[in-house]
Amino acid sequence: MNIAVLIKLVPDLVEELEIDENGKSLDTTFMRLIINEPDEHALEQAIILKEREGGEVTVLGPSFEDMDGVLHTAFAKGSDRMIKLVDSFELGVNNHALARAFTSAVSELKPDLILTGVQAHNDLDGSLGPLVAEYLGMPFVGYVSGVTTSGDKLTVRKEYPGGLIAEMEVTMPAVLGIQAAESPPRYVAISKIRQAMKTASIEEQSISELDARGGPTVSEMFQPQVGERAEMIEGDIDQIAVKLVELFGDLGVI
Amino acid sequence: MDGNIYVLIEHLQGRVSEISYVMLAAGRVLAAGMDGELVAILLGHEAQSLASDLVADRVLYMDHPALTEFTPEAYQMALAELIEADKPRAVLLGDTSMGAEVAGVLSARLELPLVSHCSTVHVKEGVPKFVSKICGGKIMAEGELPSPTALVTVVPGDFKAEEGKSDQPAEVTTVSAPSLEGLRVTLKQYIEPEIGDVDISTEPILVAVGRGIQQEANLELAEELASAIGGAVCASRPVVDQGWLPINRLVGKSGKSVKPKIFLAIGISGAPEHVEGITGSEMIIAVNTDPSAPIFDVAKYGAEVDAIDLMPVLTEKVQEAKSG
Repeated sequence: MNIAVLIKLVPDLVEELEIDENGKSLDTTFMRLIINEPDEHALEQAIILKEREGGEVTVLGPSFEDMDGVLHTAFAKGSDRMIKLVDSFELGVNNHALARAFTSAVSELKPDLILTGVQAHNDLDGSLGPLVAEYLGMPFVGYVSGVTTSGDKLTVRKEYPGGLIAEMEVTMPAVLGIQAAESPPRYVAISKIRQAMKTASIEEQSISELDARGGPTVSEMFQPQVGERAEMIEGDIDQIAVKLVELFGDLGVI
Repeated sequence: MDGNIYVLIEHLQGRVSEISYVMLAAGRVLAAGMDGELVAILLGHEAQSLASDLVADRVLYMDHPALTEFTPEAYQMALAELIEADKPRAVLLGDTSMGAEVAGVLSARLELPLVSHCSTVHVKEGVPKFVSKICGGKIMAEGELPSPTALVTVVPGDFKAEEGKSDQPAEVTTVSAPSLEGLRVTLKQYIEPEIGDVDISTEPILVAVGRGIQQEANLELAEELASAIGGAVCASRPVVDQGWLPINRLVGKSGKSVKPKIFLAIGISGAPEHVEGITGSEMIIAVNTDPSAPIFDVAKYGAEVDAIDLMPVLTEKVQEAKSG
């Protein structure tokens, strides 16, 4: 089976996010980008399927700084090809533009299955998967947390609220939005990533033009105004613990 | 029509989902500000009774066996037909397992603009606006709802489900369904969640762990704390996706909604998908090293310390208090 995995990078939420002087976008000066977490699960699911069914996994991502490291890590984990989409991608590029870029790059691979993360925390114009699926004329199912194959059919586990699962049958070729891989993303030793950096080559695919039509225009970006923030308990660990025990006592739970 | 607002009603196993009422409440605000009609779109099979408590000027009901339960392609074809016929100003869909993929595919198919993660809408001087909550709830983005027809996926936010419910049924118009053949995605079956050892939705005390517990070994600290207080351990998405706790312990969008007396959030940042499931808690206490974590916006009390250090000390103090 020929599987393509689409990856995007997102701001690391562990870092402080600043808003640009124009007040309409994030300040990217010191922004640290990491792989979108559901994309990491999509990659894991692709490698699991390859190990089970055979085939080839190709990982594609836009040419942001740090993308080489992400692609090399994907290679070290067991993917076969890495393709970087090359254009002057700006960090605020929307998913419609990315989806069109991915579509032109991935269609030549003629994949049986395309996996991507179900969403990213900075999606403002929907997620990548359904857009790519429709541009390619393939069906899409998202919120997927398990995939098995049988001939040209897939059986996927789609998550609904409350832990309910819908088992759906999907005809390939198809695009799936992965929420969680069947098992957690594997760990890969730094030495293997270093080795990948030396031996594996990243292919480049140039994107002629970015077309962002389909997304909204942001007129103002701001940090949420908070009504009532938590009352912070000050002190060292011991003092905080004592205060919390008092609270539990007041509430009658201990 | 120019100012009409459509809301795609989500239903699952014969019940209208909560988000549908939230969207109707939001849609009411837009329709009123735009001088348009609020139109609820109900797709189903022998499901007309689901329209009985919807706040709307009218309900468009499409009946077809292929619409009995949600499948993405049937919903996309059906809704595309309705949008094309009337060209409403906006279509609200859930930012959910159902709505998100209908909106995304239709944005590409009909070349209509899409706004996701929308938590609030309002109309200012005749211009409809969205506010979206992104980056795990740390950033809000505001703008005009793009024209001609904006597809908008809505997260629970400012609007209350009760505002989308009415005891006066709206007028229902049945419309014919397009041919729903050649579907490449079909529903095989539902798999009900395993109840498991603990039902977190009924537990009075919950110790909830998130990414901040760092590694699986630290889960034991949370278990010890929970057992000292007399509660259960639950988790946010990253912990469950790592396989450290089973999915019956997941709180939030694709997990359970909880309503304990005390919800002690340990190393949980408070992403909107998680907060959605904890707003019914009587008291939320949050422990997190990041002072800007959105969890502190919903918590009553907070402490900015490393939970790994705090948990064993707190366990000990709770045990002392109980034995003393």
